[in-house]
Amino acid sequence: MEALTAIVIGVLTAGSVYLMLARNFMRFLFGLILLSNAVNLTIFASGRMTKGAPALVPYGEDAPLGIVGNALPQALVLTAIVIGFGLLAFTLALAFEGYRRMNTVDTDEMRFAEPKEDVTK
Amino acid sequence: MSWVLVMPIAVPFVTAVVAYLARNYPAGRWISLAGSALSLVASAVLMVAVLNEGVVAAQMSNWNAPFGITLVADYLSAVMVVITAITGLATAIYALGEIPEETESLGFYALFQVLIAGVTGAFLTGDLFNLYVWFEVMLIASFSLLVIGGGKERLDAGIKYVALNLVSTLVFLSGIGLLYGVTGTLNMADLREAVANAENQGLITVIAMMFMVGFGVKAAVFPLFFWLPASYHTPYFTISAVFAGLLTKVGVYALMRMFTLVFVGDVGFTHEILIWVSLLTMFTGVIGAAAQSDFRKILSFHIISQIGYMTLGLALFTPLALMGGVFYLVHHIIVKANLFFVAGLAKQYAGSTDLNRIGGLYKSAPLLAALFIIPAFSLAGFPPLSGFWAKYLIVKAALELDAWFIAFVSLLVGLLTIFSMTKIWGMAFWKPHPDGIDPTPDRAPARVTLAMMIPIIALASMTIVIGFYPEPFVQFAQTAAEQLLDPSDYVTTVLGVQP
Repeated sequence: MEALTAIVIGVLTAGSVYLMLARNFMRFLFGLILLSNAVNLTIFASGRMTKGAPALVPYGEDAPLGIVGNALPQALVLTAIVIGFGLLAFTLALAFEGYRRMNTVDTDEMRFAEPKEDVTK
Repeated sequence: MSWVLVMPIAVPFVTAVVAYLARNYPAGRWISLAGSALSLVASAVLMVAVLNEGVVAAQMSNWNAPFGITLVADYLSAVMVVITAITGLATAIYALGEIPEETESLGFYALFQVLIAGVTGAFLTGDLFNLYVWFEVMLIASFSLLVIGGGKERLDAGIKYVALNLVSTLVFLSGIGLLYGVTGTLNMADLREAVANAENQGLITVIAMMFMVGFGVKAAVFPLFFWLPASYHTPYFTISAVFAGLLTKVGVYALMRMFTLVFVGDVGFTHEILIWVSLLTMFTGVIGAAAQSDFRKILSFHIISQIGYMTLGLALFTPLALMGGVFYLVHHIIVKANLFFVAGLAKQYAGSTDLNRIGGLYKSAPLLAALFIIPAFSLAGFPPLSGFWAKYLIVKAALELDAWFIAFVSLLVGLLTIFSMTKIWGMAFWKPHPDGIDPTPDRAPARVTLAMMIPIIALASMTIVIGFYPEPFVQFAQTAAEQLLDPSDYVTTVLGVQP
């Protein structure tokens, strides 16, 4: 199971790097979304995977009996997903506002804060 | 004891909520100011506790370490929290002069307080995943602050800043995931033992490099700094100043923490890389500054070059070098924030930050000129200002190791810093104004001038005090460095504390 997840993480990362190398800011963002999911899967897999054993404490017990899935990475991933979602929502809004003002999503043409070429005199 | 550690984080958060509710009223800005003053009190209380006990730790929600989230403050954390609160208060005052009402009603003060809370949280946490969360709190606030007010320039800068910072965060996050996979813990004190005992030290080094890259982007070190000069010259001066003072230093702090507490298994490899990265950071930063002709762009490149000195203190990894690094960190936050404050006031007087389009400030605003000289010369390392002692410690540490080349580069970069500072001095202050007018302080309303002048004077006085009475600060930095190099107190306090 871990091996399969590792391959999926690798494919996602490769795809995201390909997308992030594009000049189009939207493609960069899609790459970022993929990368963020790859990282979430990494955290999930790093807690080791246990099949069909939910981390539940049976009624009347103090601790789970036997082998259960590791609950901590799930909590971490949940946090990371929520944070990542918020950041991406902000970034999408920023990209949209940037497109409206600058009329481009090509990062090579976004040269308003920095000089277009060497103009130091 | 836990409230001592919680208050410096809780105060700005509560202030943020109240300031947001009052964002459409003048009361909002006074609430922010009062909150910042309270934060300073809270951080001073923490500082006293740390001075008395060495290391203070608290377990959140009574979950014992290493299972729960630990807040912990040693000397380094405590001084960073105090300096954050000081910068926060100075910025809150400065904002009264600069931030227009439309921006205030967008929730400026709430975002600002969240930023301070995030920075403080990052300094105080003892849990790696919690550190990630604080980084995100800080980032989302900084994203919004950077683009608040709108305009092409800010949006352009914002997009680059956001994109590169998000990538670095993801590298940092996957480093956390992998480290958890190898060691099974996220508590930083617990990680020290777990990392040392890990079977596959090669894997640990790989993870260490992921952390170095993740924090390196935040700290703006050599090949990873491009977001900084692309963005720091666009927002309000208030925001530039607080970013310049605090944000990159969180990256430096995180590097210092992780590479003294956790990743010390292969110092020969990781810290050797850091040495070269630091030297290149110092040099490229100062050369980049020499090519600029805008007040804030020059200052932005100087942030990068100065970051190199701090990471160099970490990279040399001797007690003296780390002491210099800690001293540098504190001195730099004060000086750099102050220089951006001065730039803002210079713009109020002269109308621009483009050095080719302003001038004559020495004649019409001699007080501002004097107040520029203090942080500028301190940045370059003139005795007897604070920067001299900071550079002296680093160079001496390099000489003690017989690292002549490192000492040479440090001194050379100091020299080149003077070049940029005299450029600003000559073009903004001495040269007559190109339009033939006298930039008069009367152009700015008295309220604005007063609000902007108070923090500049306060921070400049601090620079002078540190410069003339460095003894207590140096001793403090020495203890901080000792704690960093021998974190046994840190580890036992975190792991041994009962709720």
